[in-house]
Amino acid sequence: MVGGMPVGLGHYLAVGAILLVLGVFGIFLNRKNVIVILMSIELILLAVNLNLVAFSAALGDLVGQVFAMFVLTVAAAEAAIGLAIVVVYFRNRGSIEVEDVTLMKG
Amino acid sequence: MIATIGFYIFAVILLISAAMVVSARNPVHSVLFLILAFFNAAALFLIAGAEFLAMILVIVYVGAVAVLFMFVVMMLDVNFAEMREGLQRYAPVGGAVGLVLLAELAFVLGGWQFHPEAAALRLSPTPTNLSNTAALGNILYTRYIFLFQAAGLILLVAMIGAIVLTLRDRRTVRRQSIARQVARQRSETLAMVEVSIGASVAEIGVLTPLPEAEPEVEAAHAAAHGAGHGEHADMPHTVPHGAEGH
Repeated sequence: MVGGMPVGLGHYLAVGAILLVLGVFGIFLNRKNVIVILMSIELILLAVNLNLVAFSAALGDLVGQVFAMFVLTVAAAEAAIGLAIVVVYFRNRGSIEVEDVTLMKG
Repeated sequence: MIATIGFYIFAVILLISAAMVVSARNPVHSVLFLILAFFNAAALFLIAGAEFLAMILVIVYVGAVAVLFMFVVMMLDVNFAEMREGLQRYAPVGGAVGLVLLAELAFVLGGWQFHPEAAALRLSPTPTNLSNTAALGNILYTRYIFLFQAAGLILLVAMIGAIVLTLRDRRTVRRQSIARQVARQRSETLAMVEVSIGASVAEIGVLTPLPEAEPEVEAAHAAAHGAGHGEHADMPHTVPHGAEGH
């Protein structure tokens, strides 16, 4: 290991792995509520960022933190667009349940 | 030593609050636990030495994204209680998928090591004489300037998209229509009237009601929002939800 980090890399990776699994589990658990699904996606992206920052600190390479910043940017844009779609969908249909989204079935 | 203890405390709180995000009964509680998770993740970033990203996480995520979630949760009056009906049905599948994923990640973590030349392959080694923020700025604004501007473009597109999606013109708002003002003719507004002495305004016939403002636009608007909800109380609310899609 190159860089100086007070806590081992494995600990960070374990926390990131559990966080990612919790996010995936949340998508399955809240199959109806789109807002909680979006929050689960935020958790998954947070786990990715945690891994990127941990590797960046462990290797002493700053590029990982630059990449984590871009992931943050894209996650913020995704949340904004997703919530806008949820608002428009609720305005038109009066529901945000995932199973009601059958408009494109024809 | 203190950093290690802090790491475990923050990691445990992070994982517990993440579990509460996905399992809370009330979505408002989910958002609040999401904020707590972001704070603890920022603390973990701080322990790893990424101070700038930790501050970005607190400012952008807690300050903007989580508050956006909170706005949307409170704006939509959805019955969130009946939305949790299928919970028992989906929990076993989700648990199975989660366990498989966790086992795979554990396998990866178990038999994994750095390449011996990993230190030589670093693109930009962390400078020792600069703070984290200054070092990030040094490479972000020079080598990654195009990626940085692409990120800005992504945010611009997201902003325009969100505005375009959610903007609606309320018919109760009276706006200035410059085209109609310019196209206005004298004949449609001005009438020369011979007024006999002592006649009232109603007898002459100049007291005409104002024309209805753009009736065809109003009709199109009503048709477009036929399946809407609640906001047009005067409209017949005949189309039930989910009936027009089939």
